[in-house]
Amino acid sequence: MLTDLSLADILKGLEARSFSSVEVTDAFLGAIDALNPRINAFITVDGQGARAAAAEADRRRAAGEAGALLGVPVAIKDLFCTEGVRTTAASRILQHFVPPYESGVTARMKRDGAVFLGKTNLDEFAMGSSNLTSAFGPVENPWKRRGDDAVLVPGGSSGGSAAAVAAGLAPGATGTDTGGSIRQPAAFCGITGIKPTYGRCSRWGTIAFASSLDQAGPMARTVEDCAILLGSMAGFDLLDSTSADVPVPDYRAACGANPRGLRIGIPKEYHADGLPAEIEALWRQGIEWLRDAGCEIVDVSLPHTKYGLATYYIVAPAECSSNLARYDGVRFGERVPGEDLIELYERTRAAGFGEEVKRRILIGTYVLSAGYYDAYYLKAQKVRSLILRDFTEAFGRVDALLTPTAPSAAFAAGQKFDDPIKMYLNDVFTVPASMAGVPGISVPAGLDASGLPLGLQLLGPHFGEERLFSLGAALERAAGFTHRPALRAGIPAGAAA
Amino acid sequence: MSYEIERATGSWELVIGLEVHAQVISESKLFSGASASYGGEPNSHVSLVDAAFPGMLPVINRECVAQAVRTGLGLDARVNLESRFDRKNYFYADLPAGYQISQFTHPVIGAGKVEIELADGSRREIGVTRLHLEQDAGKSLHDQSPDSSHIDLNRAGVGLMEIVSEPDMRSPEEAGAYLRKLRTILRYLGTCDGNMEEGSMRADVNVSVRKAGEPFRTRCEIKNVNSIRFVMQAIEVEARRQVAIWESGSAVDQETRLFDPQRGETRALRSKEDAHDYRYFPDPDLLPLVLEREWVDRLRAELPELPDAKRRRLAEEYGIPDYDASVLVAEKPVAAFFETVAKGRDARLASNWMLGDLFAALNRTGRGIENSPVSAESLGGLLDLIADGTINGRIAKDVFEEMVETGDGAGVIVERKGLRQVTDSGAIDAAIEQVLGAHGDKLAEFRAGKDKLFGFFVGQVMKATGGKGNPALVNAALKARLAS
Repeated sequence: MLTDLSLADILKGLEARSFSSVEVTDAFLGAIDALNPRINAFITVDGQGARAAAAEADRRRAAGEAGALLGVPVAIKDLFCTEGVRTTAASRILQHFVPPYESGVTARMKRDGAVFLGKTNLDEFAMGSSNLTSAFGPVENPWKRRGDDAVLVPGGSSGGSAAAVAAGLAPGATGTDTGGSIRQPAAFCGITGIKPTYGRCSRWGTIAFASSLDQAGPMARTVEDCAILLGSMAGFDLLDSTSADVPVPDYRAACGANPRGLRIGIPKEYHADGLPAEIEALWRQGIEWLRDAGCEIVDVSLPHTKYGLATYYIVAPAECSSNLARYDGVRFGERVPGEDLIELYERTRAAGFGEEVKRRILIGTYVLSAGYYDAYYLKAQKVRSLILRDFTEAFGRVDALLTPTAPSAAFAAGQKFDDPIKMYLNDVFTVPASMAGVPGISVPAGLDASGLPLGLQLLGPHFGEERLFSLGAALERAAGFTHRPALRAGIPAGAAA
Repeated sequence: MSYEIERATGSWELVIGLEVHAQVISESKLFSGASASYGGEPNSHVSLVDAAFPGMLPVINRECVAQAVRTGLGLDARVNLESRFDRKNYFYADLPAGYQISQFTHPVIGAGKVEIELADGSRREIGVTRLHLEQDAGKSLHDQSPDSSHIDLNRAGVGLMEIVSEPDMRSPEEAGAYLRKLRTILRYLGTCDGNMEEGSMRADVNVSVRKAGEPFRTRCEIKNVNSIRFVMQAIEVEARRQVAIWESGSAVDQETRLFDPQRGETRALRSKEDAHDYRYFPDPDLLPLVLEREWVDRLRAELPELPDAKRRRLAEEYGIPDYDASVLVAEKPVAAFFETVAKGRDARLASNWMLGDLFAALNRTGRGIENSPVSAESLGGLLDLIADGTINGRIAKDVFEEMVETGDGAGVIVERKGLRQVTDSGAIDAAIEQVLGAHGDKLAEFRAGKDKLFGFFVGQVMKATGGKGNPALVNAALKARLAS
């Protein structure tokens, strides 16, 4: 079945003319038709645009043109502005917003011939770890606990992308990661996702959550597929002052590089209290797999890890409180009229933003306000530099770090949502790398006792993506993770569980 | 010059500091490619970045930075090789992003100075605390519709330099002199056109009063004053208001005020308690602004001659009085005009003609030096005719007026009107005889010792020659005749 193919195999099939882009695109659109009403992975499906782009890709291929993603259908997180296609950030305030411009990342993918199936669901403005904060309704994780039909969250914020890829509604998708928003949902949905080095992908045209942390990255079923996607997404952009003018290496080739001899650090602080035994066990298993692959295992310390979450939940809301000020009902997006300007602001933002977004705007406004700035924001920035120093020192000794991706498997909707703090704890292993701007990849490595996927995370030094692909591929080979979720393309929705 | 307000309890000194917002001359805006030019249909100079569309990012405009650095160098200020942009957060309809990108903690330019000159010829140095780059906001139009406001974002994102002075000024006159001098420097540098009427230069004025020797008392800020005259008036009325408050035994509240030129008073806009909390923090969309030393040095090497240097050079090179030089350099084109006229001529004479007759003519005709009715070359031609004795100084005045009116050259006018100076001693002698003959009584008085009648005779002889007599020859001949 076309929807079971990896992205690399789709490329191969297109090159070999085994099938056309229109055929493969139709296959995925058909799967979306069948499953999206239940999974809700897509906010907007652009069947017409996708078929036109696929036909164009077929013409280009027939004319002898090539392209790194020519004719490959992909899903785009609805945080990337796409020209002429509604872009909502999963917020009511942008529910009818159609950007007249294409984001830097998606423009590169289009240039390389990618076919966009539609825009995937996410936590509103990428704020969340569950996809429960979307104004367009939650996403259902296609995985089920053994013998249990409970709806599980796909993780977040890139939960729609993760669920779409896991369920075979797209062979690959874009995500964004601010504190774990690619890696955690990838782990929850049993797929691979990489958050590249901060500055690796352009942020231009991607709706901002926290500017100093936001980073786009790919999500797919294999490490190699992520490498193919990142090769297209990455690169310097003059329009983003924080993007890095660093050449984009051949990530796909890096997947085949032998990791033998690499030194892998195991940060002792990640042995968190209350970490489930099966996650500890999987972590130990991962260590063994890498040792077997010829890596040297070294214990390291990242002493400021324990401050990661607290620091993140000051810095990210601070930036978001300022970044989201532009959604004021004046120039674009939803507007709720008022008697005067202040009332227009209040009504528009009260109606346009959900609870979690409002909570973070309030936190951010508070930590930046006079009298609190030094105690919160400034202190957080100091701690952030200590966290970065932890990583810099560790990477002076080792080539990469291995940790679990998340402290739990996917949880049921409503299980944690009543307590925002509990929800925030989900990011405990992903946040420090975001604070340091270093790249991290999550690779599905096993199932927990109830049959839910668990991920292992590899962290590398700045612009160490090639090493992560090499190590990630080694983990992938060793883990031999071929499990698929209950809900997936080709399986009747009613047949689950 | 001292300026104090005398009251029953003694005299009050003024303490004044100015924050000047000077619009950067540049093709495009500070962080976007949209045109920064003035005017244009509303919302015709607006990019997606200026309108703060989702996902849009600022990119610093190198030319705006260069202009700020040039200005800093022109203010003899420290150029900070590393500076930073911060966000100043507040909601307003004409502030699209909900924050203004500014430089709060690490400005691109540090301490500098401006030397001012006062009417009595004395000079004072006014400290410049800092200069930073920031974005302008758009404009809210409240008169376009009865039930809604309209927004014009053409100005939104245009680069501004905020130039903050030390509280070094002590009188309205000093504040006026500072603003004029600052404007002159900006115009010399070509970094701001200094046009206060169009709003490309605006001033916030901080005023407090104190008794001599005291530390500073509470100040008030008068926002957005848009002419030098109004700045001086605002300071005066605000200082008097504050003195009255202190004298009555109350205390001045720190607040932001507005100057109403019609009523000649300042009005409270908001108190310290209502002041915005701008929640400044470093803009995460922008990296620190790092300048290369060589780049700054190159800008320094390319700087034009600045007013103070030009004043010293003109005074020295042309031997004109310092005061004249300072007037001539106030506007760059005036100084250039002067140098064209003075080159190879009597520079003092050139300066006197410009400061006197030419400036009067410009005032009268309402023209600037750029479209002066008499060009520098023409004025030079007139001075040449004086120098070579073709006309005398008095006739030259008439010729000049004719030049202003007709635009003709001095030589043409002299020939046309037959104004050539009489140097023929026979004609002068004849005129002397005629005058002495007609004023026998005066001659007798002169001979009796009334020496000052000599001047009367000179005047009469000049009159007899139709003003064209060479004054030196007339003098000498008359002296010889009367001595005989």
